[in-house]
Amino acid sequence: MSGSPLVFIERSHGEPTDGSLSLVAKARKLFGRAAAVVCGPGAEGSAGLLARFGADQAWWADSPGLEDELGAPQVDALAQLIAAKGFDTVLFDYSIVAGDVAAGLSARLRAGVNWDLQALDLREGELVGTRLALVDSVSVEVGWVGEPCLAVFRSGVLEPVEVAVAGSVHRFEPEISEASRRCTVVDRRAGAAGRGRLGTADVIVAGGRGVRDLASMDLLEDLAAALDGVVAVSMPLVDRGWRPPTSQVGQTGQKVRPKLYVACGISGALGHRVGMEKSGTIVAINTDPAAPIFGICDLGVVGDLHEVVPRLAELIRERTGVGAAAGDSA
Amino acid sequence: MKVCACVKVVPRAEAPLRLDLTTFRLDRTVASEVSPVDEFAIEEALLLRDALGGDVVAVSMTPESGVEALRHALALGADRAIAISDPLLEGSDLVVTARVLARVLQRESPDLVLFGSGAIDAGGAMLWSAVGELLGLPVVSGVRSVGVDDGRIRATRQTAGDEIELDAPIPSVVGLSGSVNAPHYPSFRDIVQARKKEIATITLEDLRLGPEASSAAARTRVLSVSPRPPSEREPEVIEDGAGAADWLFRGLEGRGLLPGAVR
Repeated sequence: MSGSPLVFIERSHGEPTDGSLSLVAKARKLFGRAAAVVCGPGAEGSAGLLARFGADQAWWADSPGLEDELGAPQVDALAQLIAAKGFDTVLFDYSIVAGDVAAGLSARLRAGVNWDLQALDLREGELVGTRLALVDSVSVEVGWVGEPCLAVFRSGVLEPVEVAVAGSVHRFEPEISEASRRCTVVDRRAGAAGRGRLGTADVIVAGGRGVRDLASMDLLEDLAAALDGVVAVSMPLVDRGWRPPTSQVGQTGQKVRPKLYVACGISGALGHRVGMEKSGTIVAINTDPAAPIFGICDLGVVGDLHEVVPRLAELIRERTGVGAAAGDSA
Repeated sequence: MKVCACVKVVPRAEAPLRLDLTTFRLDRTVASEVSPVDEFAIEEALLLRDALGGDVVAVSMTPESGVEALRHALALGADRAIAISDPLLEGSDLVVTARVLARVLQRESPDLVLFGSGAIDAGGAMLWSAVGELLGLPVVSGVRSVGVDDGRIRATRQTAGDEIELDAPIPSVVGLSGSVNAPHYPSFRDIVQARKKEIATITLEDLRLGPEASSAAARTRVLSVSPRPPSEREPEVIEDGAGAADWLFRGLEGRGLLPGAVR
């Protein structure tokens, strides 16, 4: 059945996201070809890049009303493209907008949508998705009834692969309905300043709900300094106003993969996990032995971060810090 | 101002989650509660009601075993609750769920429909968009704060440090993101009073919805469920004690993660 995939390309700061690009290579691997679609102002330039990632057909549209951050106009665009070109499978890398486009299409086309996929395969010609469920304790295989099949991946589970192909670029001109233009973006405030720092750090010390008070953030800063890393937080601490949204790791924050991630007072809820589970080594410090973070860490201590973190920082200073006596470590 | 807060009834956080391995459905015999992420939707609806007057209606599609859990939404302050409960809905997918919710919301005709952030792994984090599409209403999603003024809503969305301001007319469907407020705890008096409030339980027949809105119309299906494949990590977890920091230190050192080695 399936054979004509379309990948929804999402952009952030004008650049296609790694997550959505990774799906182009994925579609190509599965079906031997891949089309991709990008919508919004300046989409033509983005479409030109897609062949490098394996898209043999890149579709773009910048009709009035199309905006990267709005789902409804892109539902209009994709619905028209799918109807015109007969795509039978559409791949999305989850985000607020990608989810909105997928669910909107699902309702409009009566198409099945499976989400949070970790993998997608063809089995005897049938598309089979795999996702984790019940707080990642079981693995579920899911299928689709009818077409198109809408497949939403857990964000960032795959990595983009550069597979240059000879691709063609096509413009399409969808009609964006008045109804789809009722929600508009009236202001944008880019927080790009803090972006690079978390993304490039080798070591991240992250604090979560378990951090007692703002003063205790200094303990994390101190450990980060000892490890030559930076401090990040989970969403609750942004909500408390202790750190800016730019330092948030998770579904609605940054996705990071440092060599070392030290999670302090973080339970490991899915929304946080998707932002850090690809890290090299994960250390968890939490008072709750049942916290899911202990299931995905390498080294865990069931204890109070306010006790463990300063002791660890001190040890590191003592044994590796400038001026420490040689030969007394280990 | 009439606000409908759509909530999901889930097994209690402390209850072990179990799947029925013949039907692949969640075992609903364990105690259930209003999903904690959906409490934010109820709280936000109450805040809007406090500011602007009006009604708050909690709406949920849930098996019969979950209906009483909606009492909590009433204790928090919702004026009434609607439970859509029908055996024909068991095993429904996103398309079916959206269609059923949309029909109820159409009847209620609220000024705003609020959704909590939903669980990413349960597809909740996009359901609002399908409902908005079916209702023909604007969808405002990923919302961290929302205000209503002069028949329009103004909302802020934050992603990876960026912030955008969205505007839409009322009525609209709003998907909240994360902890947008601090849900209060109901008092004993609230809980007692909630017993007198109405939970209307309705079926597909009451909604005049046919098989196209039952689980038979689902466009996705579960093929198999199995225990999670072993993770590539093998967690070593110890209780804190005198040697814990030292143990961590050695673990990091052994992996070459201490300064000098990292760089």
